[in-house]
Amino acid sequence: MMVKAIDRDEVCRLLERGAQLVEVLPSKEYRDQHLPGAIHVPLDTLDREAPARLRRDRPIIVYCYDTQ
Amino acid sequence: MSPRAAARLESLGFTQLFDYVDGKMDWFANDLPAEGELPDAPYLGQIARRDVPTCRLGDGIGSVREQVHARGWDRCVVVDENGLALGLLESETLAEQADGDASAEAVMTPGPTTFRPNVPVAEIVHAMHENELDGVLVTTSGGKLVGYVSREDAQQAIRDSGRAEADGSREHGASRR
Repeated sequence: MMVKAIDRDEVCRLLERGAQLVEVLPSKEYRDQHLPGAIHVPLDTLDREAPARLRRDRPIIVYCYDTQ
Repeated sequence: MSPRAAARLESLGFTQLFDYVDGKMDWFANDLPAEGELPDAPYLGQIARRDVPTCRLGDGIGSVREQVHARGWDRCVVVDENGLALGLLESETLAEQADGDASAEAVMTPGPTTFRPNVPVAEIVHAMHENELDGVLVTTSGGKLVGYVSREDAQQAIRDSGRAEADGSREHGASRR
């Protein structure tokens, strides 16, 4: 698997390098509060939306609520 | 949810993939900026005292009491090696324990009430009053200690947010004249 688990500090470093930040929670959770600049691509529409909205030449950071 | 999303993206051919596994609760627990429609009311992660003293299960109560008081506190959180909150040494316990050889585990209050960092302060002020709690622990959903919120700090945060809201209203009104 090519996905790398990262912490908060690494998130900040990747964002400085132009990474795309993606929240995958449902709409209400995103609307209530999200990380600055995060794109909303909910998990249930990921297959349809990701190819159209996310760039393949830049890192992608996905996040949700927490570890659970 | 994020691991599943990352796996789906990988199957779609995306290659530069990273999973911020601790999620936005970790971000907000560290008082980092947020965007969204939630009202600008304070939440626990913003006011939690991260300098609350901690000790381990096997620590002697005598030395714990000395260190806690030297730091100007009157209570201590018992944690494991991963920072998981296991119990609380209340001020009464630290004051009453004449036997300095007792372990923290023997005298602590196990399984203390905990709240998540994203809980609005206003929600717990009433609960603290009803249950006569001097304060509460703030932890991640995994149980890792974030900090401690006293009833006084919670009440002050509510007062401060009320003043900030009033100031904002006054400024908005002034700009309309």
